[in-house]
Amino acid sequence: MPAAQSSDLTAPSRGLQRHRSLWMDVWLAFRNHTGALVGAGVFIAISLAVALGPLIHTVDPHYLDILAKNEGPSLKHPMGTDNLGRDTLAQVLAGGRISLAVGFTAMMIALVLGTLVGVLAGYFRQIDGLLMRLTDMFLALPLLPLLLVVIMLFRDSLRAAFGPETGIFLLVVFIIGITSWMQTARIVRGDVLALREREFVTAARSIGTRRRRIITRHILPNVLSPIMVSATLGIANAIITESALSFLGLGFPPDFPTWGRLLFDGANFISVTPERVLWPGLAISLTVLSVNYIGDGLRDALDPRLRGA
Amino acid sequence: MTHYIIRRLLFAVPTLIAISFILFALLDLAPNDPTGQLPLTIPAEAREQIRESLGLGEAFHIRYAKWMEQFFVNEPLNLIERAFGVEIGASEERLRVRSWATRSPVVDLIIERLPQTLWVVGLSYLIGILIAIPIGIVSAYRQYSWFDQLGTFVSMIGFSVPTFFTGLLAIIVFSVTLQWLPSIYDTTHRVTDLSSFWVQIKQMAMPVMVLALFNAAQISRFMRAAVLDNLTQDYVRTARAKGLRERIVLFIHVLRNSLIPVVTLIALGIPTVFGGAIITEKIFRVNGIGELLITAIQGADIPLVQTLSFLFAVLIVIFNLIADVLYGILDPRIRYG
Repeated sequence: MPAAQSSDLTAPSRGLQRHRSLWMDVWLAFRNHTGALVGAGVFIAISLAVALGPLIHTVDPHYLDILAKNEGPSLKHPMGTDNLGRDTLAQVLAGGRISLAVGFTAMMIALVLGTLVGVLAGYFRQIDGLLMRLTDMFLALPLLPLLLVVIMLFRDSLRAAFGPETGIFLLVVFIIGITSWMQTARIVRGDVLALREREFVTAARSIGTRRRRIITRHILPNVLSPIMVSATLGIANAIITESALSFLGLGFPPDFPTWGRLLFDGANFISVTPERVLWPGLAISLTVLSVNYIGDGLRDALDPRLRGA
Repeated sequence: MTHYIIRRLLFAVPTLIAISFILFALLDLAPNDPTGQLPLTIPAEAREQIRESLGLGEAFHIRYAKWMEQFFVNEPLNLIERAFGVEIGASEERLRVRSWATRSPVVDLIIERLPQTLWVVGLSYLIGILIAIPIGIVSAYRQYSWFDQLGTFVSMIGFSVPTFFTGLLAIIVFSVTLQWLPSIYDTTHRVTDLSSFWVQIKQMAMPVMVLALFNAAQISRFMRAAVLDNLTQDYVRTARAKGLRERIVLFIHVLRNSLIPVVTLIALGIPTVFGGAIITEKIFRVNGIGELLITAIQGADIPLVQTLSFLFAVLIVIFNLIADVLYGILDPRIRYG
């Protein structure tokens, strides 16, 4: 391929960097965003701590040691104990697994739904109006009250059907997912509308490429960057929503605590053991903050107008 | 413009009807029974009578139609009567949406709780805006200065840290450790003189500041972006070139243009703030609308939940409309066809 030669001729000064791929460019831009880099580091650290922590700190989060209740931090219990003598660190680690799992799964559901609606609305004119009116209607729903109502209504039947833990997990993840896809759908639709008129899509259509193939091969890879930014914001949003639900006492049950639930339980003992509020709250805040910084960095890195500068 | 407003209003009606149907149907699907909490010694026929008295005897579509009539016709008429002291028709016989738990009309409950929410939420939104706009302007004007870096960092924190954590932190610091402020909002407190006014300020300080910080974080980021957008516009260069003082360029030319999207955002945010206040009210035990909703949900008080969540939806639709119209009025470049 003479491309290498010609690029040598036209841009000899670029030297060794001429073979950079798109993702290499994105990574280089991302690396220059200090906040995003620190955010990514913190997020990876929290994920690792939550994933591997219980292997190192092997105290059972459910173990009641009533003689050691309301203790301050010590070597045995680095974050102290609660009013029933359970180890706070073990609970925070176990809660983090659920909180992060909820964040990821709910974000995936919202992303798939949002992308699907966005691509369909952008590519197929006939259903565009209908889908966008649906999106508008979802945006007008009062989300927090609605989430609370749905959980109240279906908590018991789902817990009976799937068991206490899986039931509530499915319910929380599902309702957060189906109530937070609208922004993604709108952004994706806008991008698809512009893309479908571009020459490469017309070219693909003119050589008889099937519509499904055009969408998966030509449209989807080009809307990947807004989707990725939506994904990071989606995780942050899902973690906060889940914590808010648990904090209002309508999320996960006390025997299956998440960060929000730990905060809710700890709030009643705030004058005795303020650490019980501090640690889970700090965990939620740090996670959300780091994810938001990653999102900020990704947005800048994926925007070609900013990347060149 | 009028044409556009009418079209939007016409579209708002089916949206609201669809939402009211969703809410009604969802709550109707509920696998719970309002007589479930009553003692088991009550015989089955008495239970049936209780259900009938709660209006549950009829078919779904009839109950929905009745609820619509109560909500859209009867209650507004009652409000008009109350506000102007007149009587329209047989006001005593009009069916009202009644709470299952207290048996009092839902609208009365809401009116009772509304002042607390409006004071706390409204004041926090106002303070949030007043903090955010100057910070946004300075951050943008001195882009990448230490003030901008700090402001961006603080607003990122305010934006990421949920209010239920900042609220509890504030309680730990100001109520538990320093013991300056009460952690519980006393709604029975009446302001009569200077010292009771001071008590009122003290008990409002924490909920208002917590919410204000959260609102200010969002608005200041937006304000900064809007001012940055405008600072590079040609008209700013023209204004400077013709010798206007920097203060006039910034506070007259740039500020007015930057406020256009921010005012829209502020209007859009009002319903969200009402929703978010649910959590703040729960932390500080303010017995406002959010607290009412939570109690209603926990007690499965279906009529109250239906009405409150529908009111939230109405707020969202109305403020979306207001935001769009405001945008059109403020920005002559926007023309709605």
